[in-house]
Amino acid sequence: MAEKAPRTLFDKVWDSHVVERLPDGTCVLYIDRHLVHEVTSPQAFEGLRAAGRRVRRPDATLAVADHNIPTSDRRQGIAEEESRIQVETLEANVADFGVPYIPVLDVRQGIVHIIGPELGASLPGMTIVCGDSHTSTHGAVGALAFGIGTSEVEHVLATQTLLQKPAKNMFVRVDGTLPPGCTAKDIVLAIIGRISTAGGTGHVIEYGGEAIRALDMAGRMTVCNMTIEAGARAGMIAPDEKTFDYVRGREFAPQGAAFDQAVAYWRTLPSDPGAQYDKTVTLNAADIAPMVTWGTNPEAVVPITGTVPDPDDEPDEARRARLRRMVDYMGLTPGQKVSDLNVDVVFIGSCTNGRIEDIRAVAKVAQGRHVAPGVRALIVPGSGLVKQQAEAEGLDRIVLAAGFEWREPGCSMCLGMNPDQLTPGQRCASTSNRNFEGRQGPGGRTHLVSPAMAAAAAVTGHLTDVRELL
Amino acid sequence: MDPFTTLTAIAAPLPVANVDTDKIIPARFLKTIKRTGLGVHLFDTLRYDADGRERPDFVLNQEPYRQAQILIAHENFGCGSSREHAPWALLDFGIRCVIAPDFADIFHNNTFKNGILPIRLPRAVCDQLIADAALGENARLTIDLERQVVVRPNGEEVRFEIDPFRKHLLLNGLDDIGQTLQHAPAIDGYEARQRQEKPWQPAIAI
Repeated sequence: MAEKAPRTLFDKVWDSHVVERLPDGTCVLYIDRHLVHEVTSPQAFEGLRAAGRRVRRPDATLAVADHNIPTSDRRQGIAEEESRIQVETLEANVADFGVPYIPVLDVRQGIVHIIGPELGASLPGMTIVCGDSHTSTHGAVGALAFGIGTSEVEHVLATQTLLQKPAKNMFVRVDGTLPPGCTAKDIVLAIIGRISTAGGTGHVIEYGGEAIRALDMAGRMTVCNMTIEAGARAGMIAPDEKTFDYVRGREFAPQGAAFDQAVAYWRTLPSDPGAQYDKTVTLNAADIAPMVTWGTNPEAVVPITGTVPDPDDEPDEARRARLRRMVDYMGLTPGQKVSDLNVDVVFIGSCTNGRIEDIRAVAKVAQGRHVAPGVRALIVPGSGLVKQQAEAEGLDRIVLAAGFEWREPGCSMCLGMNPDQLTPGQRCASTSNRNFEGRQGPGGRTHLVSPAMAAAAAVTGHLTDVRELL
Repeated sequence: MDPFTTLTAIAAPLPVANVDTDKIIPARFLKTIKRTGLGVHLFDTLRYDADGRERPDFVLNQEPYRQAQILIAHENFGCGSSREHAPWALLDFGIRCVIAPDFADIFHNNTFKNGILPIRLPRAVCDQLIADAALGENARLTIDLERQVVVRPNGEEVRFEIDPFRKHLLLNGLDDIGQTLQHAPAIDGYEARQRQEKPWQPAIAI
């Protein structure tokens, strides 16, 4: 009987991966795809070695180094010793355990959450994990994808499963049409501003509605990517024709008749009419403006036409103290217009916004303009294939002529594990996902924005409403 | 993993919400290939100034909280990155239990894997315990996992809830890979069925 009840996309993917349900409701959940990077895996491989265990499904696993690697010419190797050791450790581990690995100098190398979908390793209906919270990105193809810790990385390597209890279902519907100058990044920042950084805790968020369906796959990935910033481990979007067209022909995707078979299955995945959600939130896309974070978590966000809030207006004492600390850390004045804030650095890239569509949006703003004096603007493509595509379209020439730096792919200044870091007090317009204190370098001040908004800040030297430049 | 049964220890108050994992252990310390040695960098930017000197106003730089094994905080503790370096840093410092109104999901999972007990209690109760913790040397709390109670310095007991399966693993210090491998025949069976039902599922080869 329970089989007949209408189910959500999440319910369907979950149910089809339950190997065994234990008496207390904990499930042994099968994992179809395991993505591995150098920062969260060394201790997991060490654990396998100590216990004499092997990797159960190397053919379901894909490893790449992305966090530590320099975005300048990497044929010279990695100068920083600890970073080099971490990458070398990954290379030794994948060789010892027979795990497929994309070498640093391979054109397919890139940020793990960019290359998974790009290579067709992340497919609809799959369970996908990685020792990285932004694994939520892959939910854009209709997969159940979530971040795990290193102990769970070891667990998946050894057993190809996880012990999990099902999450609750949350539906975020974005109706209507997005105004010109607004993007997927603005949608997801508006959502986090609405539901808070803990609004999705314990839930998997499914995104739907006209404005979500209208997004291209890159935009859907941006939205799912930042789901973790709303507290939910996974975001999902039902697969549709756009999804199938995106997946078709990619390196690790099924080919020919196998692809048609797969599509027939993928068409069964969208939520059934009448499926129940534990929570539903609705936004109207027409109300969304280009967004910018002013504080030190992603819910501290305002439209670019807005002002820095005054902590004294906050009645709750603990919240007031929190707001005051944010205002102080960010070097702001209550009531100040955010568009009056000058920037020192602009960072364009990351698993949130490092795709070809993002670079096209930047080039559109940069064309015929120049980076403002005193501003350093970096563009770090999400993968070697993104970089190659951009160069084939001549986008590198446009942005270089405009004074941007054009770098090699990697995580870069999103978290500053490589040499790309902010110095104390520097203010940065960034297309990344986290504006926590010190995230982009100790004392650095991050304002999260869309790629078009970042480009606008680069050419004017201050946070700017990109609609004025279009 | 060390079993967690009972713990009587100094509790440190950290009345801050949204303590993210970048705050617990900044990214520049994630380059280690070991699980140990991160305690010295726990809360690095809160604990030390730009010259590496201790900030005297930070709780873990004060006596008796340098010996704290319990931490009490506000909402959404452990939000942000999935880095297990966060619980590793807490554990390496000596923290075995974190009490807060709620935790971010991935961090919450990660604590259990390292023998750290996360306890969810309502904000008002956390604030009471934070007041207890401010008693300094007298700030000892007792955590009894078997009975699921926190014992306050005045002897009052506060009950907490915990998933029974996770409680069992913690009490016995069990490695959950070992638990899962008991289901190996079921995993074999699942894989065999999948090869029949989804023959199109591709393998990865570089």
